[in-house]
Parts: sequence; C-alpha cells; structure tokens
Amino acid sequence: MLTISGLKEGIVLDHIQAGKAMKIYKYLGLDELDHQIAIIKNAPSKKMGRKDIIKIDGALDLDLDVLGYIDHNITVNIIRDDVIVEKKTLKLPKKITNVIRCKNPRCITSIEQELPNIFVLADEKDKTYRCLYCEEKYGQTGH
Amino acid sequence: MRHVISPLDFTVEELDQLLDLANDIEHHREKYAHACDGKILATLFYEPSTRTRLSFESAMLRMGGKVLGFSSASSSSAAKGESVSDTLRMISCYADICAMRHPKEGAALVGSMAASIPVINAGDGGHQHPTQTLTDMLTIRSLKGRLDNMTIGLCGDLKFGRTVHSLINAMVRYPGIRFVLISPKELRIPDYTRENVLEANGIPYEEVTSLDEAMPKLDILYMTRVQRERFFNEEEYIRMKDCYILDKAKMALGKEDMLVLHPLPRVNEISVEVDSDPRAAYFRQVQFGVYVRMALILTLLGIQVQ
Repeated sequence: MLTISGLKEGIVLDHIQAGKAMKIYKYLGLDELDHQIAIIKNAPSKKMGRKDIIKIDGALDLDLDVLGYIDHNITVNIIRDDVIVEKKTLKLPKKITNVIRCKNPRCITSIEQELPNIFVLADEKDKTYRCLYCEEKYGQTGH
Repeated sequence: MRHVISPLDFTVEELDQLLDLANDIEHHREKYAHACDGKILATLFYEPSTRTRLSFESAMLRMGGKVLGFSSASSSSAAKGESVSDTLRMISCYADICAMRHPKEGAALVGSMAASIPVINAGDGGHQHPTQTLTDMLTIRSLKGRLDNMTIGLCGDLKFGRTVHSLINAMVRYPGIRFVLISPKELRIPDYTRENVLEANGIPYEEVTSLDEAMPKLDILYMTRVQRERFFNEEEYIRMKDCYILDKAKMALGKEDMLVLHPLPRVNEISVEVDSDPRAAYFRQVQFGVYVRMALILTLLGIQVQ
C-alpha cells in the first residue's frame, strides 16, 4: 500500500466508496483550500475490499454536512496532536446546495442556469429531498 | 416585508383576518377608494392571463393606485435573456408591490429572494396559485358560511392544476375536511401533495375516476380545465381534454346546497346550461377574486383603513 505520513492535526475521511474521492473533493470545496490534501484511491480495505481516503492537513472547521447525503458510511476522524480525538457521526443535512440537479423540466432551475440547485430534506426516514423551488422529489437511490 | 408564494404563507388566523378584510371591502367599497393613492403595482406576467392580471389591476385601480407591467414574456426583457432575479431587482425600483406569473415552477420564490418589495405569486407553472386559493376560500366562506366540515370534490386535471394543489394545501388546515379527487389516472395529484400534505396531515381522501359516483357526496365541486399548455405531447392533451363534462344531468346527482367552483377559463368541462343553476358559483367567484386581491395588497403594503 502507498504510504502517506500521518497527520498532526486535521481530518481524515476514511471508508469512502472506491472511486468517489474526487467527487467528495469537489463537493466539499477542497480545491479552494490552501491546506495540504492527500487523496488515496483504491486503498485495500478488509471491510470494503477497496476504499478511498482523503487526508486534510490542518483544517478542522470544514462543513462536512454534505457527506451525510453522499455516503453516511464514511468515517470522519478528527486528529489533534497525532491522535484521533473525535469520530464524527454523519447525519443527513437539512439542505444541500449544488450537489444534485433538479430534473423537473418545468422547474425554474431548468432555464436560469445561475441559480443554485438547493434541495431541502423532506423525509429523514426515506432520505428524500425536495427541490426548494418546485418541490420535485429526489430519492437517495437516484444519486 | 413579506411575500405570498404559497397559501401556507399565512396562518389560519391571518387568513381569517384577510378574508374578514375582503368581506369589509365587499360591503364598504367607497371606504377603500383611495387607500392606495400614490402606490404602484407591477404586474409581471411571463405567461398569458386574462382574469388574474386584470383582477390584480382592477384591485389596485379600485383603491386609487396605479399599475404598470407586461403581459407576456415576449414583451419583456426575458426575451433578451434577462433572469427573473434581475427583473425583480429592477422592478423593485419602479413599484411598491408586484404580482408575478411565470410558466416555470418556483419562479416566484426566486423573484421574492431578489426583490426588495412584496412579491405575490400569481401562478408559477403547474405548482402554486395562492391568490386563486384565497379567492376560492373567500367564495366558499361567503357562500357556505364556513371553511370546515365539508367534502370537497376536485375534478379534472389534478396533476398540473396549480389551483388544486394550492387549495388542498390551504384547506387541510381546517377540521373535518375530506377530499374526493376525481381524475383520469394520468392526471392524479402529484406525489408531493399526496404524501406531504394529505397523508402527512392524516386527511381523509379518495382517488376516483367517476364524477357521477362522487357527485352525491360533495359539498363543493371544484372543476378544472385540462390545460393544453402543460402538455409536452398534443396527442395526450387531446385524449384527456374532454374527460369530464359537467352538465344538467350530472348536476341532478348533486346535493341541493352544493357549490360549483371553477378557476376559469372554462372550455368544455362545464356545459353552458349549468350557468343558470343557483349552485353555479364560478362567476361570483370572479368578483370575490377582486375583493381578496384588494385585501391582500393592503395587507402586504401595511395599509390600514379606518
């Protein structure tokens, strides 16, 4: 396995479904950070066979809510002084912006390209979201 | 500052106050003749409309205010590609309040996010049409004397009929309301109305295809037109357009004190012979539409008339 040194302080996103790391990199806006970031693709995993890992050095105050929507099985480890001080449990975010697009051809987002695609959690149990503008349903399975 | 995007933007108490004000306007029109002197209403209609636009304009003119606006997207900057947000930012400099109709769902919400004046949703695609709902509620309350404990039949295009969605949203907040949803299978209410509104509030409802069988149960029959402009496929429209026609024979199956409402325009779905039936309330509904819009404009502008 490829070796990347541990973090002194930062966040490790572990157990990312293999191949999804770049998507998460984009959704979390990591491309806009100046911090050192390591993306490990297809790392061997006992639990998953293969997995992706993202290590973010030095950043502790990231908004990770969107991960709850993308994949709640991702493990979020907060590292301080070389040790894991917190394992975050991911919840479904109340609102997600520009992660999914509204597919309703009658929605205002279909003609106003600059509008952010905002979906609001409608049913936590069924993991369904609805478009803020037209209320079109978007189920988790569609992702 | 507040906007009216959905009928749920008002609480039941606020709705009662608004309808009380509309009734006061109905009986004391002279008192309100100059209530909006110096105020301007913008009517932004990206989609053709006769009744709603003229009703808004009549409401403002009857209170001494002035109106400006456009009545189709082709005569506005939308034809040049201007966004709804930009248009609303601009119109906020020209008017004190705005009524907006747009063929796309959610357009009024987008407009309200950009505007610095109150925005009234005058219809956003097949989604919501709250001022028609206020009109319907004023009609029902004025002619029936109540908004609770009744069976409401909604007939026709329940899928794209925004007036239907808005009316259901508003009426589920009153006790003892039951719905009979009469439509072809293809034009049933959208799942967000069924799941988030009817089922979430435990409202009794049935979905049927026969108008004849439903008639004897109804206190209100709300007819709707199958709207050509909502179909992407002309053949499908032609197949559906005459699925329900209310005529004298069907009216004979209804209760004596049932009311027939229709947001208008009607095409074939209500036979002209029904117009003379005392239970036909759709033209009185049009008059109530002006009173309720007058009340709404006053409320959103914060104008109180003593």
